[in-house]
Amino acid sequence: MGDGELIGSYIVPVHPHTILAPEQNEGWGRLREAYDTAAQRIKDSGADLLIIYSTTWPSIIGHQIIADPNPEWVMVDHDFHDLGSIPYSFNIDEKFAHSWNEANEKRGLKSRTVAYHGFPIDVGSVVALKLLNPDNSIPAVIVSSNVYANRSETTVLAKACMDVVKATGRKAVAVTAMSLSNRMFTTPIEPQDDRIHSLKDDEWNRKILEFLGEGRLEDVGQLSRTIHQQIRVNKVVAFKPMWWLSGMNQNRNNLTGEVLAYEAIHGAGGAVVHLDPTPSGTGDKEYDEDDVEYFAGERNVLDAEHTEAAEEEFITESNVETTEANGPALWEPTESEDSVNSNAAPKPVGAYPHARRVGDLLYLSGVGPRQPGTNAIPGGPIHDENGEALDYDIKAQTHAVVKNITRILEEAGGTLDDVLDVTSFLVDMDRDFQGYNEVWAETLGQVGPTRTTLAIRALPTPIAVEMKVIAKAPATE
Amino acid sequence: MTKGEIVAGCLAPHPPHIVYAENPPQNEPVAEGGWEQLRWGYERLRESLADVDYDAIVLLSPHWQTYVGTHFLGLPHFKNLSVDPVFPNLFRYHYEIDIDVELSQQIHDRAAEAGLATKMMNNPDFRIDYGTITTGHMFNPEWDKPFVVISSNRSRDYYSVEVMQEMMVELGRVTREAIIASGKKVVVLASNSLSHRHFTTESAIPEDMSKEHITSHAMHLWDMRMIEYFRTGQAQRIIDEMPEFTEQAIAESDGGGLTWLLSTLDLPTYPGILHGYGTIIGTGNAIVEWPARNHKEA
Repeated sequence: MGDGELIGSYIVPVHPHTILAPEQNEGWGRLREAYDTAAQRIKDSGADLLIIYSTTWPSIIGHQIIADPNPEWVMVDHDFHDLGSIPYSFNIDEKFAHSWNEANEKRGLKSRTVAYHGFPIDVGSVVALKLLNPDNSIPAVIVSSNVYANRSETTVLAKACMDVVKATGRKAVAVTAMSLSNRMFTTPIEPQDDRIHSLKDDEWNRKILEFLGEGRLEDVGQLSRTIHQQIRVNKVVAFKPMWWLSGMNQNRNNLTGEVLAYEAIHGAGGAVVHLDPTPSGTGDKEYDEDDVEYFAGERNVLDAEHTEAAEEEFITESNVETTEANGPALWEPTESEDSVNSNAAPKPVGAYPHARRVGDLLYLSGVGPRQPGTNAIPGGPIHDENGEALDYDIKAQTHAVVKNITRILEEAGGTLDDVLDVTSFLVDMDRDFQGYNEVWAETLGQVGPTRTTLAIRALPTPIAVEMKVIAKAPATE
Repeated sequence: MTKGEIVAGCLAPHPPHIVYAENPPQNEPVAEGGWEQLRWGYERLRESLADVDYDAIVLLSPHWQTYVGTHFLGLPHFKNLSVDPVFPNLFRYHYEIDIDVELSQQIHDRAAEAGLATKMMNNPDFRIDYGTITTGHMFNPEWDKPFVVISSNRSRDYYSVEVMQEMMVELGRVTREAIIASGKKVVVLASNSLSHRHFTTESAIPEDMSKEHITSHAMHLWDMRMIEYFRTGQAQRIIDEMPEFTEQAIAESDGGGLTWLLSTLDLPTYPGILHGYGTIIGTGNAIVEWPARNHKEA
């Protein structure tokens, strides 16, 4: 199977007012109507999976994913218990949950599934699933929000999720259950007196919604830390759902956005936003940060052994070979009149450039899956520092190779479509050819270059696949 | 009417690991032990109070987090299953708890009169947080005393440690006054850790004590500094240094429990008894008793 995709994304509010008291305040009623509109759109879209990322389920040990196929209980909000109780019974895609958990681990994340009777599903997830999927006709998964996770970890969480969506051929909808500004009134108020807590919060919320209305999701993600500092109370988690949602959408800025409602809930900013993947015609992304594929770990900084290893790994002197714990020294790419070198590609392991332009052709040096900056290997290295064999994911490595090729071609002003001829090197033909071949078919196979695949004994770094590429050179002025 | 009395105030932390390690019949997971220093600390606390007569336990838990004022459980009995949302592998506890609704209402009313935002929690479906259940079990495994359970108003998150302390000092004052006016003998419990930086990974066997230690030397220094103040009756210094302690040790005192506890005890100048100290998944936890019954006003 394959060809799964994300067919829509929604941002929805977390507080129980939309489900328990929509009639008590016109704004809460409008949010409820927007919720109902979103539910109908999801149903009409043919979605077969709802993926909920909830900010009201904090976790400490990595991320947790609900894997109980039918969690049932009665939820009562810690603050708004006087509004009533919410009984729930959900249809959870247990198999997808386990696959996502495995995909997380392959990408270096700490993760676990949760399937315990009586597990307290959080208010944000309960409200979102009750209103977006009222008849439980669409299977769902729910993931926690890790209190210590930063952008790279949250982005990789999304990519691992999309690995499974694609591999299983699902038509998925991503949902973030969250507030915009989250400052509530700290004393009880009458429903008719509800409003956004401050003009400043309201202005920030409207700016965020202006971006989202234009489909500029990655821009909101890039502003996440600033937004958190400006309009967020330091509850348990930061404004990180935008990192996850943007990661689910390939960090795009040209989605088609629509704000279905924006209202106050006890002072906090609640909005229902629909983001359609159809390109809107606005400009696409501009990255300020790494497009990380594999989480190399930043939460284990308190582990003494890890700290020492991490320090060794990242001690560098400018323009001098960087020492790598598991592999040869790294070099700065050599510069010449015709060379093409990219900061977005991994550093060479010798004195050579990433590519050379000769006439109408680009000749690329052998490209592996190592990640720029971290030197991490998606899918894992094939052996450890002592040469002991490790399990690894050839598909993840092959995807990363194709991504690195794309980066070098983009540096030259081209695209993957320009590739003419590829020589591939595999260190274990018997084990890896099938997985490598599948990824090839999904990527370069769609472009149509000629190809030669060779089995070799080893590569300089602990990787399983490398490709040598010849491509058309984009026309120069 | 006889004057009520606080017979003891205790710092009584709530990581679910210690209930898990005890293997009580109410908890589903089974452990091979672990965290003995803290569990034995709770034993010593229980022994210290074994011959002390009291009517109720008043507890403030940082895991009933409320953003709209301070809330109080307002029904006489709760029965449910408490599953820790962070460590569900360790804590799935079937609880039954009695509430002293009369005392709860009295503290609530005095807090409201003092200008604090308050609310009684009267929804029978409400699930009590695992912090309350853990401390409740470790302090009184027989569950034979009624509780007053007070939520943690997250005023520190909204404003600052200073504002949180002003509110918690006031809440502690009215708690003490309500207890005295009630004629009851009461134990007050603040259910919180000291330094509160977790490890972000868990051993294959969670109770593997070879992996357990404080997350950093700085956290250890802060914990020992606070314990020294506890042991030498310097409550005012704790209050004074609370902003730095809370920020630098990422301390769970951010929930207001410790400040509230010291205020209910009228900022004790007599020594607290350290019954135990240990780390749990890297956080620092102390079990401390202030034996107020031995330090009554003349």
